[in-house]
Amino acid sequence: MVKEKKKSEAGKNKKLQLAFYWAASCGGCEIAVLDIDEKILDVVAIADILFWPVAMDFKYKDVEAMKDKHIDVCFFNGSIRTSEQEHMAKLLRKKSKVLVAFGSCAVAGGIPGLANIANREEVFKVSYLDNPSTDNPKKVVPKTSVKVKEGTLTLPEFHDTVKSLDQTVDVDYYLPGCPPTPDQIMTAVGAIAENKLPPKGSVIGPLKSVCDECRFEKSEKKITKIKRIYELDKIEDKCLLEQGVICLGPATRGGCDARCLDANMPCTGCGGPTPNSLDQGAKMMSALASILGLEGEEKMSDEDVQKLIDQVVDPVGTFYKYGLPTALINRKVMKK
Amino acid sequence: MVKVIEVEPVTRLEGHGGLRLVLGDDGKVQDVQFNITSTRFFEKFLEGRYCEHIPRITPRICGICPIPHHLTPTKAIEDAWGVQIPPAAYKLRQLLQNAKQYSSHALHFYALAAPDFLLGPFADPALRNVVHVINQMPDVGKMALKMMDFGQKLCQAIGGKSVHPISAIVGGMKKPLDENVRDLFLKQIEDQVEWTKKTVDIGLKVVEDYWDVVANVGVVPTYYVGMTKNGVHDIYDGDIRIVSPDGEKFDYPPQKYLDALGEHIPEHSYATHMYYKPAGYPDGIYRANTLAMINAADKMATPLADEALQAMRAKIGNVPHHTFAYHWARLIELVESIEVIATLLQDDDVVNPDCKTLDVQPREGDGVGLTEAPRGILLYHIWSDAQGICKKANLLVATNHNIAGIEKTLMHVAKQVFEDKALEGLKLPDPWIK
Repeated sequence: MVKEKKKSEAGKNKKLQLAFYWAASCGGCEIAVLDIDEKILDVVAIADILFWPVAMDFKYKDVEAMKDKHIDVCFFNGSIRTSEQEHMAKLLRKKSKVLVAFGSCAVAGGIPGLANIANREEVFKVSYLDNPSTDNPKKVVPKTSVKVKEGTLTLPEFHDTVKSLDQTVDVDYYLPGCPPTPDQIMTAVGAIAENKLPPKGSVIGPLKSVCDECRFEKSEKKITKIKRIYELDKIEDKCLLEQGVICLGPATRGGCDARCLDANMPCTGCGGPTPNSLDQGAKMMSALASILGLEGEEKMSDEDVQKLIDQVVDPVGTFYKYGLPTALINRKVMKK
Repeated sequence: MVKVIEVEPVTRLEGHGGLRLVLGDDGKVQDVQFNITSTRFFEKFLEGRYCEHIPRITPRICGICPIPHHLTPTKAIEDAWGVQIPPAAYKLRQLLQNAKQYSSHALHFYALAAPDFLLGPFADPALRNVVHVINQMPDVGKMALKMMDFGQKLCQAIGGKSVHPISAIVGGMKKPLDENVRDLFLKQIEDQVEWTKKTVDIGLKVVEDYWDVVANVGVVPTYYVGMTKNGVHDIYDGDIRIVSPDGEKFDYPPQKYLDALGEHIPEHSYATHMYYKPAGYPDGIYRANTLAMINAADKMATPLADEALQAMRAKIGNVPHHTFAYHWARLIELVESIEVIATLLQDDDVVNPDCKTLDVQPREGDGVGLTEAPRGILLYHIWSDAQGICKKANLLVATNHNIAGIEKTLMHVAKQVFEDKALEGLKLPDPWIK
């Protein structure tokens, strides 16, 4: 049973002061924290949680009232899409000694970052104007400022471009994953509690790839056709890439125990690029090029490889599902 | 002077919300707005994706209910491509959906709602949270954690991951449930049923303690939207059912949703306002989520849950408009989910490895998928091209169905609180946790 420490005791042995925040996110990172199960009681025993909107009643004004660096560690999930999220990122940066980008969205832009294939006008058009269930003859789209008889009402501004946390403020550590696994979370909490944090800027995670953690056999077999996952006829303990399905395992940092592969589904890259690789999608395309080819033949011509890669109709969604905002080519160029 | 009250952010909510209330100098409530500011506009960036990738993208709409956001687009694509799934896959998905319902409803009751009731509405906000509840009532806290954990672990066993599942694909399920794993869950059923009953007892005691609040605050007649299969409560498969404020019921197959559900675009909110089309906007504003589901059902699918439903109806009527009864309805759904889980775990179809068909061929066309997520009905309409690439998507997600209804309810309650001073005469119990 966990008892709350009395104030005098807490003064002697000060508890860690933690904060959690979600920006453009789904709440899965919050559930991942709860999924550490009864270990949450251990965390609560060593830490005070000063801000956590999903679970606690502290408001923005409570954070604003804190002294700078009052929070020891802030776990920040979600990407940055609106002026409100940008404001909260800046505010929590100022109030925190250590800021951790928690989960794929904060680390790399995440799945919401796929919206960088369009701009604000285009996404609004689809959802507010062209939608078959909307009844919008006056072509209304939400406004950041609406005049009513009582005064002006404001909404946060919706930015054109989705950003990762470190494209907005300085970040100390990165914890990738969509969401991070309970083990990854406990590793990070343990490192913080024992004051054994790696150098600033580090990714908290292993140096291996998802392939290194995968149970499937690899046999250096070449493939001539890219298959879609529903085409695989039976479940085999064999590398999915070698069965023809695109799996981002070779280009993705591990730490997840290859849990998607355990469900016979390919890795889609939520762990982000492997250490020392600049661009996850580029690395995957090169891995794919090396496996495409005819059995026994030394090498396919570049043209043939290109033809095979052209079978991938949706390269953005296939190779940059979690990291478009932080990829080398990170958005569609917009005409002004 | 005009007074503006802002709640930034609304906390202990399964999402991002802000509340703004405008009081005139005469003390009258002039405006109430509930803003959802985390809209990420998935519809646009689903265009151009492989249809079969969509169920691995859309769970990120809601990490608290990722299972329905995994299964519903899968159903929509199967509808578009004309794919029939094996019976084993249907049952596995039903089990997965109910496992999520169980953990989400336990989470909502204990972690999000209970602090209000156990500590009382005037408790120190710094203590009004689940951590304090666990510290003060460790037995109840541990029970709650074990209930959530059971649901989450079952989601993981079937879905591959508990948050953002991966195993459903067009044609069935890619990960059969291992018999030994099934047996491990089956062994825990007795305890889980017991804890569910204890949770219901706590809930009914709360209802009794707060009867004055339940019966008098936020009783707002609206339309309701739910899903039933032949009139019976179902969260995986069925038709849209609309209930009018006076209890009339209208059924629509999922594919006919455009006849029933309309979206109004307000300037002040990124979330749209949904309404029942034949009644128009704003008259047709409806509510979703647990009470709406219960109001839509002729009966629950399982015996204990149906008994609980009949008991509730005996007390507050067949189509109650009591907003505080949402918690009560949630517990009835919680009971049903554990009963469905118990039945399905004993069904050998769920461990049948033949849970995926190969008869899958992309074709041009559109399809609709409908399920009930823990917070309301969830509808996906997906247009595919001949190669199976998504051309267009229309998503009507659970909480979106409820936004206009929440605003309407908030306006009603704000008037009760600020104009009628309703709080002053309310009988409130002594808090369980002082």
